[in-house]
Parts: sequence; C-alpha cells; structure tokens
Amino acid sequence: MKTIAKRIYVALIILFLYAPIGILMVLSFNRSKTRAKWGGFTLHWYRALFQNEEILRALLNTLLIALLSSLIATVIGTVACIAMNGMKRRAKSVLMGITNIPMLNADIVTGISLMLLYISLGIKFGMGTILLSHITFNIPYVILSVMPRMKQLNVSTYEAALDLGSSPLHAFFKVVFPDLLPGILSGFLMAFTMSLDDFIITHFTKGVGVDTLSTKIYTEIKKGIKPEMYALSSLIFVTVLTLLVLVNLSPTDKKSSVGTLDSENASHSP
Amino acid sequence: MKKHRMYYIRQSAAALTILLSAALCGCSSDKGVNGQVIVYNWGEYIDPETLLMFEEEYGIKVIYDEFETNESMYPKVESGAVAYDIACPSDYMISRMIQNGMLSEINYGNIPNAKKNIGAQYFEQSRGFDPENKYAIPYCWGTVGILYNRTMVEEPITCWEQLWDEKYADNILMQDSVRDAFMVAEKLNGHSMNTLDPAELEAAKNLLIEQKPLVQAYVVDQVRDKMIGGEAAIGVIYSGEAIYTQKENPDLVYVIPEEGTNVWIDSWVILKNAPNKENAEKFINFMCREDIALMNFEYITYSTPNVAARELIEEEEIKNSEIAFPDLSQYGNLETYVYLGEDGDYLYNELWKEVKAY
Amino acid sequence: MRRQSALKSKNKWLSAPYILWSAVFIIVPLGMILYYGLTDQTGSFTLDNITAIASAGHAKALRVSLLLSLVSTLVCFLLAYPLAMILAGVQVKRHNFIILVFILPMWMNFLLRTLAWQTLLEKNGVINHVLSFLHLPALRIINTPAAIILGMVYNFLPFMVLPLYNALSKIDTNVINAARDLGANHVYTFIRIILPLSIPGIISGITMVFIPALTTFVISSLLGGGKLLLIGDVIEQEFTRTSNWHLGSGLSMILMVFILINMVLSAIFDKDGEGSML
Repeated sequence: MKTIAKRIYVALIILFLYAPIGILMVLSFNRSKTRAKWGGFTLHWYRALFQNEEILRALLNTLLIALLSSLIATVIGTVACIAMNGMKRRAKSVLMGITNIPMLNADIVTGISLMLLYISLGIKFGMGTILLSHITFNIPYVILSVMPRMKQLNVSTYEAALDLGSSPLHAFFKVVFPDLLPGILSGFLMAFTMSLDDFIITHFTKGVGVDTLSTKIYTEIKKGIKPEMYALSSLIFVTVLTLLVLVNLSPTDKKSSVGTLDSENASHSP
Repeated sequence: MKKHRMYYIRQSAAALTILLSAALCGCSSDKGVNGQVIVYNWGEYIDPETLLMFEEEYGIKVIYDEFETNESMYPKVESGAVAYDIACPSDYMISRMIQNGMLSEINYGNIPNAKKNIGAQYFEQSRGFDPENKYAIPYCWGTVGILYNRTMVEEPITCWEQLWDEKYADNILMQDSVRDAFMVAEKLNGHSMNTLDPAELEAAKNLLIEQKPLVQAYVVDQVRDKMIGGEAAIGVIYSGEAIYTQKENPDLVYVIPEEGTNVWIDSWVILKNAPNKENAEKFINFMCREDIALMNFEYITYSTPNVAARELIEEEEIKNSEIAFPDLSQYGNLETYVYLGEDGDYLYNELWKEVKAY
Repeated sequence: MRRQSALKSKNKWLSAPYILWSAVFIIVPLGMILYYGLTDQTGSFTLDNITAIASAGHAKALRVSLLLSLVSTLVCFLLAYPLAMILAGVQVKRHNFIILVFILPMWMNFLLRTLAWQTLLEKNGVINHVLSFLHLPALRIINTPAAIILGMVYNFLPFMVLPLYNALSKIDTNVINAARDLGANHVYTFIRIILPLSIPGIISGITMVFIPALTTFVISSLLGGGKLLLIGDVIEQEFTRTSNWHLGSGLSMILMVFILINMVLSAIFDKDGEGSML
C-alpha cells in the first residue's frame, strides 16, 4: 500500500514536470502555426527545420558555447577548489562568498553588469563575450559541486603515493582526481545545463549576427514562435532521453556509480 | 578498468570539441564579394527569402540582427557596441533618433525605388516624425484596433468605451505596453495620445485602473493566439495581426474604433556612422522593389506602404481589405505617436507602473 | 610533516587564475552596478535610486514578489522533501538516472515550456478539455497569482529536489537503523535524525529557489496576465525599456541584501559547504 502511494506520488511529479514538454511535442506536429488550434497532423515543420539555416546555426552556437564554457569552467573551478582547500579559513570564506554572487544575483543584473564591463574594456561583442559570460556564471556551479568532495578526500592515500616515490602531479592525477571525478562530472553537467538554457545574460552580451536558441526564441515571441522550434525541442528531447535510457541500461560497475552509500562511508573516518 | 573509461571520455570530449569548432568555423561563411551590410530589424519582420535573394543578386552579405521593442533597440544603437548600418524603428523612435543626431540623411538618388513605389500619402504621414522626409523610408504601417469574436459578444463592438463594459469582464485583452494602453484611455477621454498635460494623464491613468478588474490579461503577442483560441471575446490588436487571426478563426472581426486610434509606420533608416552606407542604400532600394515588398507583405501580413506591390496582390479580398488598406480619410482622430522627450517618457512610465502595481 | 599538508599547500599560484577571474568578471561588474546605483543621470552621487524602493509602486512590487517567492519556495519544499526521501530509498544504481530525469526538463527552453503551460491552463486549454470530458469543474487559474506560483514551482522544483536528494542519500542508513533499534519511532527518527542531517540540503534548495523566484519576470507576464507587477518586472523594464539604469541598479542593490542574508545563513548552518546540488 505504502509502496503504491510512493509510486503514484513520484509518477505525479514526473507528469507535472514533463506535461509541458508533451505539449511541445504535440505542437510540433500541428499543421496550424498557432498553438490555439489543431490544424491536422504534419511533418512539415521537421522538414522545414533542417532547411532553416538560421535555427541550425543557433543550435550549433548553443551547443558549442555550452560545451566550451562548461569545460573551461570545470577546469578553472576544479583548480580553484584545490587552491581554496589550502587557504586560510577567512580567505576561503571570502572567496566562497564571492563565488556565490553570480549564482544569486538576478540574471538581468549579471547580464547588464557584464555588458558594461565589456563596453568599458572595449571588447568587441560576439561569440567571445558570450563565452566569457557563460564561463563566469558556470564556475560557481562547478565549485559548489567539487568542494564537498574535497573534504571527503582521503589524504593518506595521496601521501602514500608520494611516499612510494611518485611526483605530486602524478599522484594527484592517479589518486586524488578519480575521487574528485564524480563531483567534477556533476559540476560539468550543471554548468552545461545552465548554459544551454540561459537567455538574459546571453541577450545582453552577444554581438550582432550571433544567436543562441534562447535568444532566437525570444525575438520570435513578438510575432509568434516558429513551429520549427517545437520540432527542434522535440528532437532534442527525444535524443537526450534515448541517450539517457541507453546509458542507464548499460551495466555499470558499483565503483564508478556516483555517490554510492558504501563509498561515502568508506572515506568517512571518524 | 576505470582508467580506460576515463581515457575514452577524455578523448571523445576532445574530439567533439574539435569537431564542433571546425564545424562552426566552416559554417561562418566568408564575407560577400562586395562587402556586407548590417541590418537591425524587428523579430520575424522580413521574409528570409528576400535576404538570400539580395545576397545573391548583389554579392553583399547580410548580417541580420533582431530586436523586440524600440526601447531595447535604441540603447544598443546608441552605445555603438555594434555599428549597424540600417535599423527599422517606429515613428516616435525615429523622431527621437533624429533629435539626437543618430541618423544620416537619405540620398534618394541612390534609392530610386522609394519614391517610385511607395505611396506619397505615406511620405506625407511620415512628416509627423520626419518633417522633411530626410531620414526615413516607410517599410510597414498599420493601425491599432479592436478585434472581437462575434460569437462571444452581444452586439458589434465599435468603440473603446465598450472595453469598459462589465458584461465583458475577464474577456478583455489589453496591450501590455505603456503607450498603447494609455492611447486607448486617452482616446476614450477625447484627448491626444501624445498629451503631456498632467490632468489628462491622471484621468487616463484612473480610467485604466478602473478597467483593470475587467481585464483578462495584458499581453503583447499572445493576443493573437488567445483570440484564435476563443480565450477572450475582445482584444486590442495591431492590424497586421488581425488578418492572420481572421484566417485562422473566421469569427473574428477587426474594427477601428470611433474615438480614434494610433496609425503607425515602421521605417528604414540609415545610421549616422554606418560603415557600409552604399550597401545600405542598395539594401533599402531592393526592399522597395515591388516584388520584394510583395513577398514581405505576404510573409509578415503587416500592411505595406508600397502601392506598386499592392497592385500585384492577387487575392481581391486582401488587396482591398479594409483591415490591411483602410481608407484613412473615413476615420477621425487618428494620430501617430510622437517622441515625448525623456521627461515625458519618465512620466508615462511612472503612471503605467502605478496601473500595473494596483 | 611537510608532506602531510602537501595536498593543502599547493603553490599560491594555483589560486591566482580564479582570483583574477573573479576579480575581473564578478567584482568589477558588481562595482559598476554599485556605481550606477549610487549616481544619477548627471553622474552625481545620490541615494534616490535606493530610496525609490519605498515609493508606492515599487514597495508593493517588492512585497508581492516576496510573498510569491516565499509561497513558491514553501510549495517546492513540501513537494520536494517527500519526493527526495522516496528517491533516496531507491536503489543506488539508479542514482544517475534519477538526477538526469530531473535535469532533462531544464534542457528544454524555458520560454517554450512556460508557453506550453499557457496551452495547458487556458480556459480552452488542454487541462480544461480533459476536465470537461470528465464532467469536472473547469480550472480557472490562468492569469492569476496562483498561475505565477505554479510557473515558479514548475521551473524551480528540480533545484529543490536535487540538493535534498543529495543530502538525504548521503545519510548513513546505519544511523537510522541504530535509532530504530534504540526504540525511536518513525516520527522521532525523522525529526531528530533525518531532518537535522538534511539541513545543508535544505538551505541549498531554499537558496536556489527563493532568490531566482524573487527576480523572475517572464513568468508573471506569460502566466499571470501581466496583472501583477513583480520587482523583477520593474528592474527589467528599467534596464530595457526606460533605459534608466541608475534606478534599475539601485533596485538591484536592494535585492542583493538577500544575497547577504543567504551568505550569513550558509555560514551559520552549513559551515562545511555540504549543501551541494549533485
């Protein structure tokens, strides 16, 4: 009885989360351009999507920026975590406080302030400025994901490696890094996700001719969303969902799954 | 075991990055043979086909950027962060830009199609914001009016006053824009929609506050879909949208209210520091060609001032449509927006905030 | 001795890149906002932009925003906590899958998803079609504050679920078992053991929901019918429509107070920074 109630609850929440996406998918097959009525089934928008250079370019920009900014943010963030680990308590809290600012500040304030920065530095607006902005708001997510792992590190293993003659760098990559990896990967994932959907910050820091999917959709709001966008969203959704299912179906060894109860306990030494 | 997995992850991540970067570099096409032109226009306000045709015919690459409101366009152009060649502002924004010396004079000799194809009455009308027709060439124009669903109302709607009728409570859509909302109230009060008289403004504000409980929603674009879907009985809408909505829902009727309304024009302007002025002139000239103007009209459904293009319209209904091409002399109290100056804008915005916050 | 702190005492140079980055991209822009907030159009110092929050329209907008955000955060919390508890009890192997299920909707464009809610909630929308088919009364929440709350909850729910899930799944089941062995019933165990241990996650979740909810502006116009003025709307309009950046910055500075409050709370309740998302 209790299990059924739990299952129903989870199912309802999942339904809540995915209902709008379902609507988008249905609309992608709507012959009528308006979302207000059903005009019949059609695949026309999917065909039109692949012929629409602008949308495809926006898609490419979005993916590229998300990927690059997350990668760079992950590197900078991880290095920052390691560095902060060795800092005095006060300096560390100050830096952590500063780290939280982009996350907590209203998007529009971050966007405008970065735009002001670029104008005053005379940087030309374009892909570069978007990238810089995305990296800036991605780093906090990485740091927040990696920091907790730093505390759970088993320092003695690292020291053992040093004792056995390995160089600090080698020991780091072989011993410390794998332990941090789950945090790094989740930080990367969060950064990627935030970057994909960002609209306001990109809007204020982009140059002419460069569009991401979000900014493109926003300009279409006034005259009506192109149904090609619904088609694109549906395709993205189905693709990622498929990947998700495939990855989940493949056998994973216990060691590499993230945050298992056992491994957490193992590194907690009272 | 783990090492292998990490190794592959790293390799594929690197490969993917390289691939995407290469794809992007390959994608960004090289400059046109004859240079480029940078255009800043409303979103979804041009047939993309025409841009491709222009690029092919002239060998000039078009870099196209879009904005959603005049107010978001202005600071971007003013800051000079991007050096645009051409923009397409609305009437009052053009007068503001003229006042602030942001536009360069049009050399009509280089844009012969303008005076040839665009009706003289539209140039006449432009004098309201461009006194000597020195800076702007009309691109699209229209009216603001009432769209109503004849199956959902008791009698035909013909004036703004009916939008204050209690029997239509929660069935009225107003524009979520300070000037368009105040325009309705000011026309209803019999005042100019460009008034700066404090008493008249206060009266308009109070009228809007009075109406608020009856309003279903303040919307901009959503008025279209909502009217088609029968969500509301009455809405304030731009004439360009009206044609489209009627196609989708034949129960909808568009009227220009008795008290008068706003007639607006969006025009091409060349910016003062345009880096590619010659190409800009060629672009505008191309857009004034009757076949191109026709293509744009059919794509965006907003009225075109290009009379030559209008001649080419095949459907009689559209060609003589009261909505698309109304005979303006029939209506009284039609006005075009004027730039109110910084103080005027500030005043209007503060009052609008009061209405919204009520 | 030296080696023991080897991991900690990396070169000072290691922290340099990040310090430099945050100085340029976080501190300096913040400074510019402060500059704009404290000056007026002529460039002279003024507190007007900040005291503007007291003006009738702004104060009401702030009150409304605070109320809506608080309610949304509460609703999110009430929905997410049981969910996180259920999920934390699920097989560990599915951990990744669960996280991705909640992240996936965030990959769909936010504007499109909110528009889709219009289609769902409208008078002639999908939900009402289904309800009328089942002869149930119609749902009338579109264009009301309730719809805004629904929109906020929808958008921010994953941000509450994930930290809670993370915190709860880290709790050692042995501790819970020990408590039960020692005679504690479910309620007592929950209140004295599970809840306190999940506090870092709760703080993190509340932060990630409350503050973005406070400054959001698209949801109120798409789902609230533009009838409610939120502080996010005001700031957005000052920056994009009226181009009064001074006022916009001043009002933003008020909101930054909440950031400070959050930092203080985190320092008190989550000293070790364990409240992470994933």
